[in-house]
Amino acid sequence: MHMKRDYYEDIRLLGSKAAVFWMLILLSSLVLFPLLAGPYSIYIINLMAINVIVALGLNLLVGYTGQISLGHAGFFAIGAYATLALMLKASFPFLLALPVAGLLAAGFGFLLGLPALRLEGPYLAIATLGFGLTVTQVLGRLHFLGGHEGLTAPPLNLFGWLVDSDAERYAVIVPIAVGLTWAMRNLVHTRVGRAFVAIRDSDIAAECIGVNLTYYKTLAFAISAFYTAVAGGLMAFVLNFINPHTFNIMVSILFLAMVVVGGLGSILGSIMGALLITWLQIELGNVDQLIKAAGDIPGLGSYISALVNLAFTPSGLPNFQYVVFGLIMVLIVIFEPLGLYGIWIRTKIYWKTWPF
Amino acid sequence: MLGQLIVSGIAIGATYALIALAMVIIYKASEVLNFAQGDMAMLSAFVAFTMLDSLQLSFWVAFPLALAFAFVLGAMLEFCFLRRAKDPNVLGLIIITLGLEMVLFGIASMIWGADQKNFAFPVSDFDVIDLGGGVVVSHLNLVTLGVAVGLMLLLFVFFRYTKTGVAMKATQQNQMAARIMGIRVNRILMLTWGMSSMVGAIAAFLIAPTDTLEPYLMWTPQLKGFSAAVLGGMTSLPGAVGGGFLLGIIENLFGGYISVEFKSVVAFVVIVAVLCIKPSGLFARHYVRKV
Repeated sequence: MHMKRDYYEDIRLLGSKAAVFWMLILLSSLVLFPLLAGPYSIYIINLMAINVIVALGLNLLVGYTGQISLGHAGFFAIGAYATLALMLKASFPFLLALPVAGLLAAGFGFLLGLPALRLEGPYLAIATLGFGLTVTQVLGRLHFLGGHEGLTAPPLNLFGWLVDSDAERYAVIVPIAVGLTWAMRNLVHTRVGRAFVAIRDSDIAAECIGVNLTYYKTLAFAISAFYTAVAGGLMAFVLNFINPHTFNIMVSILFLAMVVVGGLGSILGSIMGALLITWLQIELGNVDQLIKAAGDIPGLGSYISALVNLAFTPSGLPNFQYVVFGLIMVLIVIFEPLGLYGIWIRTKIYWKTWPF
Repeated sequence: MLGQLIVSGIAIGATYALIALAMVIIYKASEVLNFAQGDMAMLSAFVAFTMLDSLQLSFWVAFPLALAFAFVLGAMLEFCFLRRAKDPNVLGLIIITLGLEMVLFGIASMIWGADQKNFAFPVSDFDVIDLGGGVVVSHLNLVTLGVAVGLMLLLFVFFRYTKTGVAMKATQQNQMAARIMGIRVNRILMLTWGMSSMVGAIAAFLIAPTDTLEPYLMWTPQLKGFSAAVLGGMTSLPGAVGGGFLLGIIENLFGGYISVEFKSVVAFVVIVAVLCIKPSGLFARHYVRKV
């Protein structure tokens, strides 16, 4: 690994010619993808891109600043509801409603950051958890936001261009995701990002060297909330319909799972975690087909289906996904605390000197 | 009206207090915030249900067996997962217990399905005792209250006067020193998890008859119990019970006089408010961290 000799090498977006090459490949495949793939896979990529945004925001808070949050579904809900409400009730255009919703959530993030100044560990976990639950409870009671019935997304109109197919939504979502990833990558390499990392490593030491804890902790919450809310606003259009139950506590836990599985304190990790968890969520949602497929394995198949029928209730089978997610979270923390990013780094170092 | 609200507040608070006790036991010994508590208890309640319903065992046989199951479950979870994490931080431990929660929830809903079941309990929730002035309390509530206070006293005595209890406290304060003093730290932690799981299971047995038995059974009670434990200070047994009662009463009074709609939210507002003023809860001494 070559040594970094000056500051500009450290903050440069793309470190080498190889990185430029692969980045171009990635960007052009992102451009070509919707032209080649079917609507269902585009829909999945849309979900993944949204979750990448959330994972980036949450990783800034959990991985970089070291503040746990179990309430990000609350910001997600605020973003989704605020975007739709601004468009439906105040007839804002989409491109204005989305950042305004993000800023609104950032305001809530700032407020949630205030108690976080005095709380840590379990106490912060319960406070943020309470925030997430409170948001969904309150949203369910507000009748002008549809109460428990929820809201339907209005037609998405960008300067006269009606965005109504998955491919068109892809054209809106993925550039936003790429832009926010780029912004996050730059943010963590600035003075602000280094202040966050200093707070994570030791808040008292950070304060001693002049990091304003009040400012940076609340800022971390605000930025994290902004990212999550923007993702929520996009999600409202992908799902086309939202109600408070869309944003239950399991959503918060899955967001946390993305960050932990991907790797705390790493941009690439957030992306990998979001992709993996989203993919698993979709695959494991239709576990019936998996079991049917397992039933076709010669020899063992009949035993497997007999066992499944004997032990489990058909209506409960889709909950198999929770078992898998839970096990992944537990095993990652036990065996690979750096997450997928750690595995990637190890692989890279292993092959570095190949073939020697 | 006020009397009835306070009495039902205490009754509901007793269930919160039981779960808070279970959480505090684990937190006292290992400083792990156990998010899996509720679902461990829920699984034990389902095991009790199966023994009562499918195997037609008598209640007095099924109950101790389910408690034994709860003990083994708690001890096994500690042995298999928590112990395997090598010097984890607070976040890592929280993630492990969250993961365990999801696993247990998934297993329970795969085996028993999402439909609601009735949990037969020998004490009725519908027979009431009149306390005078139109204030009534059901038999089940009285039993819950008695169990919560009794268990608290029992655990208090256990932690104060028995060798094992003192060993548990020593383990929390300094694992290395405890080990040097000849305490088998790993065994103590396993025992702690087993005990806590049993207390949680008792809470679930008492909550299930007031509701229907389903995999979501313990979600709300767990969060409330959690809030109660945090309110009381996470390390104090009387604090946990006091926090439970306080939370139950505040919630009921809020529901009765201000707004029923936002009743379930008030607990968290109280928590955040209290934590802002006293960051270590109401009944615990503030723990000063070394740099």
